[in-house]
Amino acid sequence: MNPMVAGKVPRSGRIEVNDVSISLGQGADTFEAVRDLEFSVAPGELVCILGPSGCGKSTLLGALAGHLQVTKGRLTVDGEPVSGPSPDRGIVFQQHTLFPWKKVRDNVAFGPKMRGVGKAARQHGAEEILRLVGLAGFESFYPSQLSGGMQQRVEIARVLINQPRVLLMDEPFGALDAQTRAMMHDVLLDIWTKIPTTTIFVTHDIDEALFLADRVIMMSARPGRAIEDIRLPFARPRNVELVTETEFVRLKRHFLELLRDSHRTTREIDARSG
Amino acid sequence: MAGPAGPDRSVGPRLLVRLGSILFCIAVWQLVSSQRLNFGIITFRNVPPPTEVVQSLYYLMHSPKLLGHLLSSLWRVFAGYGVAALSGVMLGFAIGRSRAASDLLLPPLELLRPIPAVAWIPLSILMFPSSELSMIFITFVGALFPIILNTVHGVANVDRRLLASARSLGGTRAAILLEIVLPGAAPSIVTGLAIGMGTSWFCLVTAEMISGQFGIGYYTWEAYTLQNYADIVVGMLLIGLFGMGSSWLLTTLGQVLMPWRRPTIAR
Repeated sequence: MNPMVAGKVPRSGRIEVNDVSISLGQGADTFEAVRDLEFSVAPGELVCILGPSGCGKSTLLGALAGHLQVTKGRLTVDGEPVSGPSPDRGIVFQQHTLFPWKKVRDNVAFGPKMRGVGKAARQHGAEEILRLVGLAGFESFYPSQLSGGMQQRVEIARVLINQPRVLLMDEPFGALDAQTRAMMHDVLLDIWTKIPTTTIFVTHDIDEALFLADRVIMMSARPGRAIEDIRLPFARPRNVELVTETEFVRLKRHFLELLRDSHRTTREIDARSG
Repeated sequence: MAGPAGPDRSVGPRLLVRLGSILFCIAVWQLVSSQRLNFGIITFRNVPPPTEVVQSLYYLMHSPKLLGHLLSSLWRVFAGYGVAALSGVMLGFAIGRSRAASDLLLPPLELLRPIPAVAWIPLSILMFPSSELSMIFITFVGALFPIILNTVHGVANVDRRLLASARSLGGTRAAILLEIVLPGAAPSIVTGLAIGMGTSWFCLVTAEMISGQFGIGYYTWEAYTLQNYADIVVGMLLIGLFGMGSSWLLTTLGQVLMPWRRPTIAR
């Protein structure tokens, strides 16, 4: 098998988030999106960050990707501080970030091309990883010719071909219909098993988080702070029956309550300050 | 197809109606010009009828003059428009990508932009030793601004998420410029090139009427001064034909260079 896609135990990919706060905006419009975050992610772990919309979870991901700077604290991957975008930290967005003018194969081969991999080798690598995400036969299509789910598979392949230490996913399946989304969960877990990579998956969907994660971190409404951090007891491989198990339902209720509380607290704070 | 949509079966009859409409206009033209109608505020006494125009066209087609006129016009457009396309896209890129370039280049360009290219004709005759160069310059000025402005617009509006993705994937500066910004701005650049092509023909014809010795514009104006009225219309038709041809060329070029924009169904 190609070493580009093989591997069982990740050698690296430890993420440390130390006392991180992030402010966004300029001048009088500055606001704190994320406050005092503190957690670490072990190599190979799949962590879902759950939170209401606008809680700063995407901001945190943007900072980990190196697109945003932290205002306070430290972000490190394997001890190295994050100081800008890098193929070591691949990020998958919700939609429409494939290059529309590149065929699927060339989208996926972009990373290797930037590393100076020869044309034959990078195209071969791209085809191999496309087969892994179930897109063999679509190499010569343009992104606009693919369905939403297929486009997200290409996104994942395009990031994973760089063998990143960490995979950052910003509500990657948020724009898909329920059926496609469920299928993509299986695809993601399958790939993640074959190419174990530290993954931070941001979502506001409790079911999605519980189905995918080793561990769920819940963030409060803005400014986002971590208000819960639970390791899930569910075995792998996971299948659809999981979502009706007692423990799954219990945890779902727990997170729903936390979500409601976090909304209530925000409203109380707003009422007090306003 | 433009116009309100109808059921498919009416395509044949509609085509006939359209063709008939053109024929009707030509018939009206034939009637008013051959009868030398004079309506007071407008007169058709000196307007050549279509039959004469076709005759003149036939003569011109078989005369060596035609090629000379066409080649001079085409060369001027090729030179002036070519330089405008190249420098316009490069300037547009610089202005769209760099704040320093924008501060440095945009103010003088913005001052010059409102001046129509044909207003440059007297000065350009004074500035350039040969009338050939002055005509090429006018063609250049006519095409330059739409190309710059559309390029700037395209470059500045490339999707930020694509740029972020490219950086995250390890994209180098050169690769981001060539593989992300350039194709991202391409539709806008092609629009600028198409608008520029139109204005550049317009300016060329005007400039040729004033200072040319060959060229389609000159031919048309010469026909007026020599009172070969049918040739005026022949000149007009040729100008229209070549304008149409060049914009068709650009549209086709755009489609060939941007295959991802061609609507295709595939699943």
